[in-house]
Amino acid sequence: MIKPQIRPFKVESLEVWRGESCLFAELDFQMGPGQAALVTGANGSGKTTLLRVLAGMTLPASGAVTWSSTLVHRLDPLQRAEIAYQGHLNGLKKELTVAENMTFYSRFWNGGQEPGELLEELLEELRLNECRDRQVRYLSAGQRCRAALGCMRLKPAKLWLLDEPLTNLDARGAELVAGWLTAHTSAGGLAVVATHQREQLVEAVSVEIEL
Amino acid sequence: MGSFLLILRRDFRLAFRRWSELATPLMFFVIVASLFPLAASPDASQLRDAGSAVLWMSALLSSLLALDGLFRADAEDGSMEQLILSPTPLGLIVLAKILAHWVVSGVPLLLLAPLIALSFYLPVDALPTLIIALALATPTLSVLAAIGAALTVSARGGGAIIGLLVLPLTAPVLIFGTRATELAATGESTLGPLYLLAALAVFALSLGPLAASAAVKVAME
Repeated sequence: MIKPQIRPFKVESLEVWRGESCLFAELDFQMGPGQAALVTGANGSGKTTLLRVLAGMTLPASGAVTWSSTLVHRLDPLQRAEIAYQGHLNGLKKELTVAENMTFYSRFWNGGQEPGELLEELLEELRLNECRDRQVRYLSAGQRCRAALGCMRLKPAKLWLLDEPLTNLDARGAELVAGWLTAHTSAGGLAVVATHQREQLVEAVSVEIEL
Repeated sequence: MGSFLLILRRDFRLAFRRWSELATPLMFFVIVASLFPLAASPDASQLRDAGSAVLWMSALLSSLLALDGLFRADAEDGSMEQLILSPTPLGLIVLAKILAHWVVSGVPLLLLAPLIALSFYLPVDALPTLIIALALATPTLSVLAAIGAALTVSARGGGAIIGLLVLPLTAPVLIFGTRATELAATGESTLGPLYLLAALAVFALSLGPLAASAAVKVAME
């Protein structure tokens, strides 16, 4: 099922500092297709920073993160597009409607292709159908969170990096995310999810990392 | 190329949904330029002498003001993170953003400038040259201001710092721009300064977006 020799995502002796304090050191893990990892830890333990390092947006003090044997901050644009990152900032434009945001990202990530059916399915799954033409600034925090997850899903990415995806979601939303994770990994995708709601996602992952 | 047009369209749409942000730098341009005669003398010959300098200075300051927030909105709502993790080179995205911004803020300035020029008694014959010179100069100013905006994305009170960073670099544009306008007012050939403005625009547009995208990446860390 999982071929042990293919490990496209490697983290080797990673050490990350924030200001004067060391968040974590000597962090090692490897992931292959079909694996998902859950990152847990107290507030301030460096979950967000870890995910930003994994996405190549923040440089570690030492150590290496490699995606298909290239350092993540040196990826060429096409390889970068294989990584989907959803952080605390939702990436939605407040002045655009839900559908406009999702259509923009879908076209942007898929070489101009229309989202078509997938957009309708996602709006349905995320229960955003009735606010599809509402500007994002008029949405609740939970709805924004769902719209952002919808945008993330439109990216044809192999590696998902999700930072607290469940924070503003209700029980049904959390179930949906867990379902997506299972579907993503069984299709050969990889995911690293930082969360405080361990119980709701633990069944969908195969690796646990505690900071 | 597709992504370039997508960013362009998104930024146009955003600009029209918050048009008051667009109008502010333009109003600034009009008000600064029209307050000047109140502070100086209303004498026609003196106004004509000072006219091109005032026009160019107000255009310069207004384009700085307009581009201050070019990347800040994207950085604050997280879109910049998404744009960085995209199959499109960031330099191209930055160029699209600058172009979109220039169309919605620079072009109206080109249209307003002749009106302001007339209120300074600049000769009507000089107006085409003024518009061409501004059309060549404002892209350079936009690129320079974009580099400043990229460097100050995460700085509080970016506006003032942008001024310090960028204003010294705008000297060549200011020199050739006012020179072209003055030559046109006296009826001499303006080709020299116009060519130099065009050369500056090509230089800025080819290298500036790369510099700005490097600065954005650093700021997003």
